[in-house]
Amino acid sequence: MATLEIKDLHVSVETEAGDKEILRGVDLTLNSGETHAIMGPNGSGKSTLAYSIAGHPKYTITSGTVTLDGEDVLAMGVDERAQAGLFLAMQYPVEVPGVTVSNFLRTAKTAIDGEAPKLRTWIKEVKEAMGQLRMDPVFAERNVNEGFSGGEKKRHEILQMELLKPKMAILDETDSGLDVDALKVVSEGVNRVKENSEVGVMLITHYTRILRYIEPDHVHVFINGRVAESGGPELADRLENEGYDRYQGAQV
Amino acid sequence: MTLVTDKPHNDPQTQVATIPDKSRAERLTSFEVEDFAVPTGREEEWRFTPVDRLAGLFSDTATDADAVSFSTKVPEEALQAALAAGVAPRGTVLVPGDRGSVVGSANSPEATYIKVPNDAEYAEPLRVDITGNGAGRRVNSHIVLEAGSHSKALIILDHTGSADFSGNVEIKVGDGADLTVVTLQRWADDANHLAQHDAVVGRDATYKHIAVSLGGSIVRMNSNVRYAGPGGDATLLGVYFADAGQHLEHRSFVDHNAPQCKSLVTYKGALQGETAHTVWVGDVLIRAEAEGIDTYELNRNLVLSDGARADSVPNLEIETGDIAGAGHASSTGRFDDEQLFYLMSRGVSEDEARRMVVRGFFADIIAKIGVAEVVDPLMEAIDAELALDMKGEA
Ligand SMILES: Nc1ncnc2c1ncn2[C@@H]1O[C@H](COP(=O)(O)OP(=O)(O)OP(=O)(O)O)[C@@H](O)[C@H]1O
Ligand SMILES: [Mg+2]
Repeated sequence: MATLEIKDLHVSVETEAGDKEILRGVDLTLNSGETHAIMGPNGSGKSTLAYSIAGHPKYTITSGTVTLDGEDVLAMGVDERAQAGLFLAMQYPVEVPGVTVSNFLRTAKTAIDGEAPKLRTWIKEVKEAMGQLRMDPVFAERNVNEGFSGGEKKRHEILQMELLKPKMAILDETDSGLDVDALKVVSEGVNRVKENSEVGVMLITHYTRILRYIEPDHVHVFINGRVAESGGPELADRLENEGYDRYQGAQV
Repeated sequence: MTLVTDKPHNDPQTQVATIPDKSRAERLTSFEVEDFAVPTGREEEWRFTPVDRLAGLFSDTATDADAVSFSTKVPEEALQAALAAGVAPRGTVLVPGDRGSVVGSANSPEATYIKVPNDAEYAEPLRVDITGNGAGRRVNSHIVLEAGSHSKALIILDHTGSADFSGNVEIKVGDGADLTVVTLQRWADDANHLAQHDAVVGRDATYKHIAVSLGGSIVRMNSNVRYAGPGGDATLLGVYFADAGQHLEHRSFVDHNAPQCKSLVTYKGALQGETAHTVWVGDVLIRAEAEGIDTYELNRNLVLSDGARADSVPNLEIETGDIAGAGHASSTGRFDDEQLFYLMSRGVSEDEARRMVVRGFFADIIAKIGVAEVVDPLMEAIDAELALDMKGEA
């Protein structure tokens, strides 16, 4: 049982006009086995939250804490956070020219486990996971994300989640840009990881449609850099009908 | 963690190929030393080069005694008697094109001559190991390589140690032959090397020139090619890695003077450290008679740290419209920290992630080189360069 605890997190980015505060006191607790949906309008700071937890150097933490089982995540390097069991499926996965998917996956697995996986079983595992995500085997020899379509990039992110078996996974708009079939395939992937492990999932999304496939235990409405309201799955339905106007009106 | 946190970084500045004021065809070539003045750095061809550090190599001077050791590992039948100036095939392919080359030529009374007999195929690479015996010691070297018709061979010139080294290499690729010439510049930090490698590619012949420049204070290499008939295929490849204080300059000139030939020029380099400087100038001339030819040239540079500078200049002159293809691409980009972040967010350490990105950058040209004898030491050398850098930054 693991716990990711975010307390009063304030984050800013450097802009030409000076530092700009984006997260204004985020509080969230995510336990193993739980799925939390984070929903909010464009620009509300959802990706900023995800990147800050993963340690992207662009974001400056001005105050607050993030801990994983009491360990200070903010003091860890980017690689150490992943080794500690955090995983971020990115909204815009990065292309890495000249590095093949298979080399990348093996290197990542080795880094996370602290030892190289047994070759035979590893190859089988990768093949199987790719098959389930309906990824053509040729992707293994393609360069990481290079020339991948939006949907292929998202599948590749979930493939990594399946293989790296994190304690806590943050999925940043994994659903956006997917057609219905792809959405199903990707959701099944996430659900497999949930069944086979104790993973805690933070599911960032604009739309409720993915929540039909991946059921959240908790729903948080993210507005203007903080959680404006939290509730159960019924909150998602209300957002579907009413949108964010209610919250945004209140904020002016 | 020492991620660089400045603004995003991939700024490919694709450059438009320029047509030079003067046709490349009109560039002077001559065996007469007096025809080439000592460069001042204001000349078009020398404007990137730190000529003030090359006085030793511009002087009309004989080779210092014991300044160099040559060791030739070639089959007995391939090693021919040395060639004096004016004795063919010496001088039939290479005519000096600048001051560095002409003084080297004039001061090389004997040229090493290797000829792969007609129809011979050598599975093992032929090697010429050249070791400079001291910084600033002058060496003039002239090597003639000939591939007999329908022969197949790989010849490696390996430069190590230190010297002020003037190296002319002329390469004659016979009809239907398949010749790969590899030149490794693995000099010590204080070596200087001016090189002119000229090749003539025979009818239906295949020629590959692979330049790998890692060491040396200044390396300036001209790799030139023209054709003796239709159907020739020339590939000029280069890989370089410049550290602080190094100047690595690669120039190529493909003279499409025959119909139905092909050329592919690909140079890729990485730079790290203050004042690391690389230059690539790729000239291609498609003459009126070069109908149906296909040419492509590409240069990419990866800048790993501030203060390094990569110049990249493609020049394409086209005198006939009747060609299969002619293209070029050139770009210089900063090391992309987003790639580093992506890899590290999967648990990969920063050192390993950097190595993966840089190896990835070179991956396609390494695949094109495809010669294990070159690729393996090259990858090791690149890893070593990066390890140095990471230690340096820590
Ligand atoms: N470098 C920057 N300079 C100025 N503003 C920035 C910078 N980086 C991020 N921001 C701003 O921070 C805010 C939050 O961005 P973020 O990407 O976290 O939003 P989001 O909730 O993920 O949006 P979306 O739903 O569109 O993905 C946005 O208004 C964005 O413009
Ligand atoms: Mg976002």
